[in-house]
Amino acid sequence: MRAIGIILAGGNNKRMRELSNKRAISAMPVAGSFRAIDFALSNMSNSHIQKVAVLTQYNSRSLNQHLSSSKWWDFGRKQGGLYVYTPTITAKHSDWFRGTADALYQNLEFLKASHEPYVIVAAGDGIYKLDYNKVLEYHIEKKADITVVVKTMEPSTDVSRFGCVKLNDDGRVVDFEEKPIATDANTISCGIYVVRRRQLIDLLEKAHEEDRTDFVNDILVRYKNVKRIYGYKLETYWSNIASVESYYKTNMDFLKRDVRDYFFRTLPGVYTKLEDNPPAKYNPDCNVRHSILASGCIINGTVENSVLFRKVYVGNNCVIKNSIILNDVYIGDNTVIENCIVESRDTIRANTTYIGDPDDIKIVVEKNVRYQM
Amino acid sequence: MIKKEMIAMLLAGGQGSRLGVLTKNVAKPAVSFGGKYSIIDFPLSNCINSSVDTVGVLTQYKPLRLNAHIGIGIPWDLDRNRGGVTILQPYESQTGADWFSGTANAIYQNIEYIDNYSPEYVLILSGDHIYKMDYEVMLEYHKAMNADCTIASMPVPMEEASRFGITVTDENNRIIDFQEKPKEPKSNLASMGIYIFSWPVLREALITNKDVPGEDFGKHIIPYLFKGGKRIFAYEFNGYWKDVGTLQSYWQSNMELVAIIPEFNLYEEYWKIYTDTKNPAPQFISANSNVERCLIAEGCEIHGEVHNSVIGEGVIIESGAVVTDSVIMSNAVIEAGTKVDKAIIAQDVKVGRNCEIGVGEFAPSVYDQRVYNADLATIGEGSVIPDNVKVGRNTAIYGVTTAEDYPDGLLASGGAIIKEDGEI
Repeated sequence: MRAIGIILAGGNNKRMRELSNKRAISAMPVAGSFRAIDFALSNMSNSHIQKVAVLTQYNSRSLNQHLSSSKWWDFGRKQGGLYVYTPTITAKHSDWFRGTADALYQNLEFLKASHEPYVIVAAGDGIYKLDYNKVLEYHIEKKADITVVVKTMEPSTDVSRFGCVKLNDDGRVVDFEEKPIATDANTISCGIYVVRRRQLIDLLEKAHEEDRTDFVNDILVRYKNVKRIYGYKLETYWSNIASVESYYKTNMDFLKRDVRDYFFRTLPGVYTKLEDNPPAKYNPDCNVRHSILASGCIINGTVENSVLFRKVYVGNNCVIKNSIILNDVYIGDNTVIENCIVESRDTIRANTTYIGDPDDIKIVVEKNVRYQM
Repeated sequence: MIKKEMIAMLLAGGQGSRLGVLTKNVAKPAVSFGGKYSIIDFPLSNCINSSVDTVGVLTQYKPLRLNAHIGIGIPWDLDRNRGGVTILQPYESQTGADWFSGTANAIYQNIEYIDNYSPEYVLILSGDHIYKMDYEVMLEYHKAMNADCTIASMPVPMEEASRFGITVTDENNRIIDFQEKPKEPKSNLASMGIYIFSWPVLREALITNKDVPGEDFGKHIIPYLFKGGKRIFAYEFNGYWKDVGTLQSYWQSNMELVAIIPEFNLYEEYWKIYTDTKNPAPQFISANSNVERCLIAEGCEIHGEVHNSVIGEGVIIESGAVVTDSVIMSNAVIEAGTKVDKAIIAQDVKVGRNCEIGVGEFAPSVYDQRVYNADLATIGEGSVIPDNVKVGRNTAIYGVTTAEDYPDGLLASGGAIIKEDGEI
């Protein structure tokens, strides 16, 4: 194999509001039965990358639980494997990962001890399918130093939370702004990079000497005129879930048949840790329309235009509309939930009402008290 | 050397011929059940839930699907460095090549496998039943009774007792008589085909009876041990246990899962049934669909109506289609406008547009009355049904059918279309 993989899964983000209180963004449940990192991991596996490191820091417990066995993505073998690296105290330092470049630098041993010539670095919060080998071939063809996967967004998209790039006709990055307040660019970086392993080690060591810690600002932006940085245009579905609005929209995208067909009925597939829940059960008088539901759900009430994750129980006479209900939520009878995201393992008492605004999705966080009820 | 206290031998070689076209190309233990499961998932999950981590699965009839399903045992946590699941198929040796001629003969031919683990006890299971049972508790009972053999038994209605092996017990549950399918049963305690043997006792009995044609547990081994004065005990089981050996009982057991609180509850947290989930994707219910009283597994696309049915993984039901009182297995496609009533539709079947499956009144089967004797339309795996045809009740279809196979666009009740060229 020509490349190893590194998934950056350590960050926190205020835009996730309460949703990141109990998990890293990469561990966010997506599309009913997956977690965000499943997409990058499945892409790695489907691209025949055998050795993958996941760098975690913020709220890593639920991510670690998800990655407790690597066999679901077909890692876990003698040649390669899945490694989860968190910051550690060493003889030399006791720092947290101070930025993406620092996170990579602190795991320089992983890069140095490998023999594969290339590295694929990918964010853990992107929802997409991509054969990284295609990016690698492009990278080699362009004789690039670094290749960035980019996506041209709809002109109306707010791109201020992304890195924005401008490419010349050859595909070379001629301008790179990180999270610009105002820009005329609508091509953004997807946070997926291909770079030669030796090159990456050099860049990281240099950045460390200068006490620079951010991969985008201190390497991509800083070197854009010196190094050959190329953009690989991704034409297929891509979405980043790192804000409540985009998280909500991404989940709702799976209500479209073409999106489901692309992810779930086109090879190669997306893999996840299996939970072996029974099939979803629809009881008499339930009314479910235009929704996706994962395994283990039991439905008695009305569900419309919503995404229900695994093991959601919906009581009698409930009305769930335009909402996302995360894993293992119990919803008591006669409850109304509209325009909400309900946090996992919540117990929603009977006869309660939660109504958000279509432009301001309400996040519902309740205690898990069902065994006391 | 590996040492295991108890290992399981799971008999999964039978065809299950009374499931008709459902087992034309797969062994009965591989037939799907309850939307996402295969029948063999129940004993396999019971094994791992009972801390039995070494299971030999004996296969013979059409083993491909079963082998693919079991793989190296990952779904049941039976991928082990020591023990785990092993598929045991008939093999050739210097003295010849024999099929497994009976249940006990299959175990006899695999004595070497069992000896590898030096077990004290061997658990014999069959791969055709739906139930949850803690074999560890049964083993405790076996030890407490200082038994040589323990037979799991359950009370059945007296009028059905003659279909089973019947155990007659004394006040200590020691078996004092054993009747195989008796005309006049002396008790209603039926053997469930689940045995724990102390391995040296079973080993000796298997070798002694090795030349008996069709060497069988119920017919030969148990009577032999009984005659030899061995301590044989009945372990009474009172939970849910179903032999889904006929089309009617298979359909009925699936339908029972749809009840609000089913007698056999798949939703219990502490006795999970594991299976090889091929498609973890969520299911979609469209704006114009109407689903109620049903189980729907992962990855389905429901655009039509589904009432009182069990739907497997990845099934597509297009808009305007109406499915009632049916079992539809994984990756089947029901095209737009088609009505399906009281049908069993196997894996990968394609039913065309505007068909009606399950029309008219019951008529005796002209094909095989032993197998087909209920209201059900049964469609075997991979079959194709063209647009605009009607299929009556108590019918069977297997293979790629075209409009020419349906005179006047109809397969009348009691009829069958079996295309053998679908077979390899």
